[in-house]
Amino acid sequence: MLYREAGQFKTTYEADMAVFPIRQDRIGLGLIILAAFLLPLFSSDFFIGTVMVPFLVFSLAAIGLNLLTGYTGLLSLGTGAFMGVGAYACYKLTIAFPEVNVLIWIVASGFFSAAVGVLFGLPSLRIKGFYLAVATLAAQFVLEWCVVRIPWLYNYSSSGSIDVPTRTLFDIAITGPQATPTTRYLVLLSIVVIFTWIASNIVRGRIGRMWMAIRDMDIAAELMGIRPLQTKLLAFAVSSFYCGVAGAVMMFLWYGGGEAKDAFNINLSFNILFMIIIGGLGALLGAFLGAGLLHLVPIFLKFGLPALGVPIGGETAEHWTHIIIGMLIIFFLIVEPHGLARLWSITKQKLRMWPFPY
Amino acid sequence: MSGAGLGKGDELLKVENVSLRFGGVKAITDVSFDIRKGEIRAIIGPNGAGKTSMLNCINGFYHPQEGAITYKGIKRGRMRPYVAASQGIARTFQNVALFKGMTTLDNIMVGRTLKMSSPFFWQLWRHGPAMREEVEHRRFVEEIIDFLEIEHIRKVPVGKLPYGLQKRVELGRALAMQPELLLLDEPMAGMNLEEKEDMCRFILDVSSQYGTTIALIEHDIGVVMDLSDRVVVLEYGRKIADGTPDVVKADQKVIDAYLGVGH
Ligand SMILES: Nc1ncnc2c1ncn2[C@@H]1O[C@H](COP(=O)(O)OP(=O)(O)O)[C@@H](O)[C@H]1O
Ligand SMILES: [Mg+2]
Repeated sequence: MLYREAGQFKTTYEADMAVFPIRQDRIGLGLIILAAFLLPLFSSDFFIGTVMVPFLVFSLAAIGLNLLTGYTGLLSLGTGAFMGVGAYACYKLTIAFPEVNVLIWIVASGFFSAAVGVLFGLPSLRIKGFYLAVATLAAQFVLEWCVVRIPWLYNYSSSGSIDVPTRTLFDIAITGPQATPTTRYLVLLSIVVIFTWIASNIVRGRIGRMWMAIRDMDIAAELMGIRPLQTKLLAFAVSSFYCGVAGAVMMFLWYGGGEAKDAFNINLSFNILFMIIIGGLGALLGAFLGAGLLHLVPIFLKFGLPALGVPIGGETAEHWTHIIIGMLIIFFLIVEPHGLARLWSITKQKLRMWPFPY
Repeated sequence: MSGAGLGKGDELLKVENVSLRFGGVKAITDVSFDIRKGEIRAIIGPNGAGKTSMLNCINGFYHPQEGAITYKGIKRGRMRPYVAASQGIARTFQNVALFKGMTTLDNIMVGRTLKMSSPFFWQLWRHGPAMREEVEHRRFVEEIIDFLEIEHIRKVPVGKLPYGLQKRVELGRALAMQPELLLLDEPMAGMNLEEKEDMCRFILDVSSQYGTTIALIEHDIGVVMDLSDRVVVLEYGRKIADGTPDVVKADQKVIDAYLGVGH
């Protein structure tokens, strides 16, 4: 009886077009967001810093890739590179203009990766699928070459790595060594909530429909007056924008510099892709579910099992991670291409009817 | 756009000596005919006669090697399909070409794309002009949904619908474009009698209520004779007859080529 939409009649199109037309869903989402903001009160810095912060960073990047791959049907392996562009853009901007709030630069860095994304998206008019993925892979190699060969990017530091400077908001350090995990987490959470809301607005409106039309049947879409190139490039731009912001927060709110230099590699691209395959292509919820699962499996094997008294070595844990994630990918590719998000909506559908079979 | 002043019965589209080849295959050879504003124009002929190819030429999907197509008094150059769409040409496909992952509602909403223009900035927030526009077009789409009697499948992903309903949704999507010229490629193929009767009724209603000009490819000769004002008959890519249903029905070449066999 908890989950019912009976009696909730929509009297306007606005109400019918809301993200969550069912009241229980709205309340549930409100509670989840509230719990997320209150979480630091109940958990350790370790949990916040190791589990939640990376989870949110991955979720944001996965939303970005999902807009391109899940909603528009364009496969990309350049995610790591687009994130890297955002990270370095943000670094150079805040070094050059330290007086401007770093949050502004985090958002602005998205525009740089959007531009790079559009550039590498140009071949998408002619090529699709696997071949397009290979073309976006070029972005990956170009970036990796740049961060090694262009010392200007890391401000000529002798180690070749960068240090994220301390920046404040209302006199509280939000980036740099002085920023606490809780502060970084709360800033990151706010960014992710806002960007998720915007993404859901985009995909439910005209632009989202144009993307999905191109994905499902590009010929028919063109005959509806949709211009394929512009629409695909817009998807590349918005998607890379999200990835760029995700890269910037990865560097500024998670890594704090250091090894970040090597983080934006092809493995990252694949990881984000696996997240949306497992979570669900073409569903924003899928980005969170996939990011959660893929990030949590290794942590659980490495720290959770020993804590439960199951002896497992670090190396064994890593092997098992690969095996489990590999099997999940195969399972979802074959059995449920719409991922965990679809499984969730099927469950919800069943709950709505329960206990009646129809 | 010019040609807006066309009255009923004026020439909306003229096809002159069009020939289309794919390598050595001649799909269309030297075909000429016209479509007048407000009429239902049928294109018939055996399989492989070049009917679908003809529609593909009209909406800019194929580019004939020879001949000219004049639309609203203006001779058209080589163009992309989205340009044809923006000029008011909509179509349905012989093999349904819906957006399978999207709901009925969203499929038909895609048909409104060209009529929507709220800036990207407002799309981000789904407020202000973006929301007003969304509601306004939703209202229009709901009218089409009522008209086609598909209220019950509004929120169903179209990939799950039976074939007959998919054809109906596809018609709805084309209607959402408020086209001046509607091209229907075998809208009744694969339907049972009842579904066919419904579809016939919708086509006649579209024609009479909205004054939409319709070019219709159909195999069921009874349907064609009932619905259409004039008929073009193609065979092996050539035009063999053109005129009112009665004239075409009596034409000896048509009887030999088409009416005699099969149907
Ligand atoms: N894209 C294409 N490439 C090669 N041949 C084609 C193509 N489209 C149509 N044809 C050929 O053109 C001829 C006419 O086909 P079509 O227009 O589909 O006929 P109809 O719709 O009257 O059954 C056929 O011989 C077909 O094989
Ligand atoms: Mg055909």
